[in-house]
Amino acid sequence: MAVITYREALNHALREELQRDDNVMLMGEDIGVFDGSFKVTQGLYKEFGEKRVKDTPISEDTIVGAGVGAALAGLRPVVEIMTINFSLLATDQVVNHAAKIRYMFGGHATVPMVIRMPGGGGHQLGAQHSQSLEVWYANIPGLVVVAPATPADAKGLLKTSIRDDNPVVFIENEGLYNTKGEVPEGELLTPLGQADVKRQGKDVSLVSHSRMVLLCLEAAEELAKEGIEAEVVDLRSLRPLDAATLRKSIEKTNHAVVVEEGWGSYGITAETAATIYEAAFDFLDAPLVRISGVEVPMPYAKRMEQACIPTVQQIVAGAKKTLGKAA
Amino acid sequence: MAIDTKQQDPALTAHSRDELLALHRLMLLNRRFEEKVGEMYTRAKVGGFLHLNIGEEATFVGAIKALRPGDYVYSTYREHGHAISHGVDPKRVMAELFGRVDGTSRGRGGSMHLFDADQRFMGGYAIVAGSIALAVGTALAVQYRGGDEVVMSMFGDGATNNGTFHESLNLAKVWHLPVLFLCGNNQYGMGSAVDRVSAVHEMYRKAQGYDIPAEKVDGMDVIAVLDATTRAVKHIREEKTPYFLEAVTYRYRGHSMADPQVYRTKEEVEEWRKRDAIEGFRHRLREAGLASDEDFDAHEREVEGIVQEAVDYADASPEPEPSEELERDVYVGDLPVTWR
Repeated sequence: MAVITYREALNHALREELQRDDNVMLMGEDIGVFDGSFKVTQGLYKEFGEKRVKDTPISEDTIVGAGVGAALAGLRPVVEIMTINFSLLATDQVVNHAAKIRYMFGGHATVPMVIRMPGGGGHQLGAQHSQSLEVWYANIPGLVVVAPATPADAKGLLKTSIRDDNPVVFIENEGLYNTKGEVPEGELLTPLGQADVKRQGKDVSLVSHSRMVLLCLEAAEELAKEGIEAEVVDLRSLRPLDAATLRKSIEKTNHAVVVEEGWGSYGITAETAATIYEAAFDFLDAPLVRISGVEVPMPYAKRMEQACIPTVQQIVAGAKKTLGKAA
Repeated sequence: MAIDTKQQDPALTAHSRDELLALHRLMLLNRRFEEKVGEMYTRAKVGGFLHLNIGEEATFVGAIKALRPGDYVYSTYREHGHAISHGVDPKRVMAELFGRVDGTSRGRGGSMHLFDADQRFMGGYAIVAGSIALAVGTALAVQYRGGDEVVMSMFGDGATNNGTFHESLNLAKVWHLPVLFLCGNNQYGMGSAVDRVSAVHEMYRKAQGYDIPAEKVDGMDVIAVLDATTRAVKHIREEKTPYFLEAVTYRYRGHSMADPQVYRTKEEVEEWRKRDAIEGFRHRLREAGLASDEDFDAHEREVEGIVQEAVDYADASPEPEPSEELERDVYVGDLPVTWR
């Protein structure tokens, strides 16, 4: 098994799918000649040429719309939006078009496309470059929303997303691109709609997605030192959410901490908490704990920004709180 | 040398009599279809919003008849006639308006969301300017495969003030995509007259800002529209470039059925009715000796039959059963719509 970065894993997935299927093509701002603003598409323009790796103007709405139109005519476009913050300019095409077309046209149309975008903060980029807005898309029927945490899942989920016939919003995280992990050799296809238990445990379930999974794994290490066995559940898919895996974990641990980098109000943790309460209330021994980003626009100053983002210490404290142990 | 007593009309003589009569028949079919839909709306057979295109027939019939089978059409929420003119079965259009399973969209779309992939009628869309970007993307797919189809994007004057319109024109030009932008300028975006909301009063000039060949045509003259569109489509196929046509037209009815039309005078509507596309075309055909009232009456009887058949078909089609239809087709495959 090779150890590669999350960025390389995505790059490999794109390359393999471009090689496999002539209908797969990439579009986005500066993904070609410039090699991608986060270098995910590095080398692909050189290898596949400008027909298959297309640089676009800064026109988020129309880039996504053109992807939808190309998908309707049989291509399998992978559209890169430079960050999730800019995707708000394209919400009409994502929400009113990509997500609706199959259903509102009676199932007679398909939109096989992937819309990639990284979210997340922590790089002193200020309020307009640091948001975690995945819940905006996870709310929409007709979209599939995935947010991998590890290089292996990044590769496996991206390949599956490209082959899937539904519009998939594929959410990466700027803080994950340089992280490393083992990725199996050969064909890797990770199913959509399935969570993954990243660490087994029996005392408390730490439930999260994307970069927060890494913090939960660190928190589990800390808790282990104190004899607490935490289970780390990586949601991976936000729509559809894998309620069965969540329920199974809670049935085992009877305690839950739900974590997200974004704002918790009406957020991913609001949904996971509600799902746990609806599906596994009788198995909970204590109220669950929600940990999420501080609800302010992201500030620039380093200590201010760090104060906004959930920490390992908060997750550890949250686990102890729901377990009724002193912090 | 015999003297021709018939009036010369060079624009007509370039077309066969059959072709001219087919244009008349199709405009008439769309007029009578829309009148019937309006009646069905008042009888509560049709729900929701209803946007009729009575008055605009020369624009969309002339434009769409310049296409050939295999060309794509993207449209808006005022699209019944666009669909029918591009080959969608009027029966299935009416069934969709009635909200029945035999409608083009299984009763899930309604008046604003007709669709027929077989005819390459790529849909009616209800977000102003939204479908323009989709047309650009389909044109990209055509180019990607080395095809020679043209994609027609139909929209109104109101859409030209939207950012997606400008982004789409720019992208189509930058990528040399085979898109025909067909702006039916009916001079009002809902209740807002063009000169109250658009800095440029001639829509085709906006396309010139993107170096896209563009021209304006009389949208009440079906031959003028057909000829201009034929030239445009030829240019697109040969030169591999987008093209922009503005057809100046008028809708006689309100924006939707719920429109008291306080923004314009009855006199203005009457003035435009004097230039009616169908009446004007009949006059020209008669003057040129190409058709008579008998021909027109035969068309009236024929389209009345088609429209009635559409109503009967729609009435007979079942309503979608929620227990079977409601959660179908949200996704391809077996992904659940909910996890609760």
